[in-house]
This record gives sequence, C-alpha cells and structure tokens, in this order.
Amino acid sequence: MRAAGVILAVVAALALQTTLARFVVRGTVAIDLVLVVVVYVALTSGPATGLLSGAIAGLAQDALSTGPILGIAGLAKTIVGFLAGVIGTQFIVSQPLPRFVVFFGATIVHAVVFMGLYTVLDRIHFGSPTAGVVAQATANALVGVVAFQVVELLPGAVERRRAAKTRLRR
Amino acid sequence: MALVDIRQRSGYLFLGVVLGHVLLISAQVNSRSGVPLLEAVTFGIFSEVQRTLSGGITGVRRVWGSYVGLRHVKAENEELKRQLADVQIAMQQQSALADRARGLEKLLELRDHLNLTTTGAQIIGAAASPDFRTLTIDKGTRDGLRPDMAVVAPEGVVGRIVVPSTRSAKVQLLIDRNAAAGVIVERTRAQGVVVGGGEDRLQMQYVSEASDVAVGDLVVTSGIDTIYPKGLVVGRVESVEKNGPAFKRIVVKPAVNFSQLEEVLVVLTPTPAKEASAGVSE
Repeated sequence: MRAAGVILAVVAALALQTTLARFVVRGTVAIDLVLVVVVYVALTSGPATGLLSGAIAGLAQDALSTGPILGIAGLAKTIVGFLAGVIGTQFIVSQPLPRFVVFFGATIVHAVVFMGLYTVLDRIHFGSPTAGVVAQATANALVGVVAFQVVELLPGAVERRRAAKTRLRR
Repeated sequence: MALVDIRQRSGYLFLGVVLGHVLLISAQVNSRSGVPLLEAVTFGIFSEVQRTLSGGITGVRRVWGSYVGLRHVKAENEELKRQLADVQIAMQQQSALADRARGLEKLLELRDHLNLTTTGAQIIGAAASPDFRTLTIDKGTRDGLRPDMAVVAPEGVVGRIVVPSTRSAKVQLLIDRNAAAGVIVERTRAQGVVVGGGEDRLQMQYVSEASDVAVGDLVVTSGIDTIYPKGLVVGRVESVEKNGPAFKRIVVKPAVNFSQLEEVLVVLTPTPAKEASAGVSE
C-alpha cells in the first residue's frame, strides 16, 4: 500500500514537472519536483525506501530526458534518497529549518553527482553552474518544507473540523 | 518476510542498486549508437500521460478563467450582467480564435516561405528534468516524423526531433546543453556553430577573430549540419568579445521565446546536405 503511494507520488511529480515546467520555468531557476518527492519519501520512510524511490524516479527521469546516458539521474537520486533516509533515521528532522537544510543539501549532493558524472564521462560540460544550483537548492528546499507543513497540517485540520461539527450538534 | 530483511539491511540494498546503476551507465558509455529501447518505450507511454494532463490543465484553465470573469460581473445589474457576460465570452472566444488564426497564418506564411514539406504540431509537454530543455509535440512516426527533423516556428528555429513515438515526439530545443546548429551571420556571411547552454542564450563558436560580427547582426542557419534548412532565423548577436587569439566569444539571443510556444512546424523534407550525405553512404 505504501509502495503504491510512493510510486504514485513519483509519477505525480514527474507529470507535474513535465506539464507545468514550460509554463513556470524561466532562466536557470528550475525546481526539481521529483527530487523533492524522493527526499520527502526518504525522510518519512527511511533509507531503503528512499534509495529505491530515488532509483525508480531517477531512471524514469533519465528515460524521459534527452541526456545521453541512462542511469546518471538514477544513481544521483539513489545516493540522495539513501543519505536523506539515513539522516531521517539518525537525527530529529521535524522542524522547518533542519528540513530546509536537508532539502538544500540533497539538491547540492544531487547536482555534484549528476554534473560530476557527466563531466567525468566527457558528455556534457556545465560551465559555471554554482548560481543555478544554489537557486535550485533554495527553491527545492522551500517547496519541500511547505510540502511537509501542508501534509502535517491537513489531517489535523480535518479532525478539528469534525470535532467542531460534533460540538455544534450537541 | 524476505522484503523486510532486505529493507532492514539498507546498506547492502544501497550497494546493490548503486552497482546496478554503474553497470547500466558503463554499458552505455561503451556504445553510443541509436536511441535506447527503454527510453523510446518509456517516452511513448509517458507522452500519452502528458497528452491527457495537458488536456486536463487546459480545461481547468478555461473553467478558472470563466469563474474569474463572472465574479467581477456579479456586482452589476442582473440583466446587464447577463448581456455583458455573453458579450465578454463571445469576445474572448473571438479573440482566442483570432489569436489562433494569426498564429496559424504565421505558420502558413512560414510554410510557403520555406517551400518545404512541413507538418504543424501542437506542444503537449515539457522536459522531465530541469537539466535538459525538451518539448513534447502531438505528432509522431505515423505522421512521418523521424529523428533529426528540424522543428521551426514563425520567429525562427526551435530545435530537432530526438525521440519520435507513434503519436508524439520529443523535441530537443536549440538552447539544450546537447544542441548545436551550423550558422552564418547574414550581413557578413561569417560562419560558426551555435550551441545551447541550458539557459536562454546561445553561444556562437568557432568564429574567427578576423570576422566582421557586430551586436544586432542577424544569425541564420547555414544548412551544413544536415538538420536545419539553410536561411532559417536563429537569433540576433547580443554581445561580441575577444576569446583568445583565434576566436571571438559571441552570445546570441534566440529569436524564439521557448516558454511561449504553442504550435510549431516540423520540416519533413530532408535538407540537400542530408540527401547528399545519404547518397554518398549508399
């Protein structure tokens, strides 16, 4: 059941990324929604689920992109999913600031592995990507923190509404 | 039970998955020929999801637009409101129709101007990863599309077909990091190659330091790359700097606004250079 939820979240992120990207993405600031979902899953479900979801999401992204090598994004997201999962189990990451740091760091690690591998294999040269990577890390971290807050607030809001209705009936 | 054991030993699982990826990457680095089958199949399936979602989002945007339009009219007289709403809706429809007709007219003018066999296509999706600049169009192999066919808009060159499936195709934009095209400066006929950088500008490379290139010069395709027909607009020179003793560093602003594209033309006729190279290989 949980696995289905994870796959659904990854597919939804991919669909949103491919559908909305052309309306919202301008210049170099581009949110990687798939990476946000992988880190979210890793933080909430641990390293095993994190690395598996990272591998599946990354491979799907590779297959749908024009990158010359299949598996680079898969490997990058596997590593990020595993590391985020380990951090989630070893540290308390329940406040917005630590979560922001994890999402930010995960994007940096992802960019280093992704761009590093392409550069080492001499397939793509990224020039000086520092500003773009930092902008993307900030955007990913903001989206990730907001996603956590929304998911945590929603069930409580429904319960509070039910409780209020019950009180009114009495 | 076995799955639970594997999940508890996440370190081994991590090593296994990483090893799998390394093997996968290694296999591809050794052979550079053709499009991987997995990529083509996955893209073919996912483009259908993109098509459905694109339709859904267009529907939601229409509904939202109508709702916002009606909210502002609510404050006015009931009869006037009804009439005004009718007129506004009719005007919006006419305006949308006129915009679409103008767009199609431009495409038709371009088609006549090109004197090449082309087919119009609508954009239904964008890239799955922000690191690559691609679009998905609603025409595929059943409409005659093949890899390396040029894709153009009334403003200029858009890119080339990289992965066609039966009912859709992936277009690599000229601003993608892996994209390049042979070009000339229209005024002085100085030759070079424009390459994408993943951002919204192009770099024109291999232009001799002795060449006459100035800011504002129009850059058009040269046709030597066997993909883009000769004479299509690529963009205008935005800056020219010295880059070592041999070459100039030239930045070109693309003529096409890639984030506002809705319809494009795919050039079905092979370029003379491509026909010539095909003849030589035969």
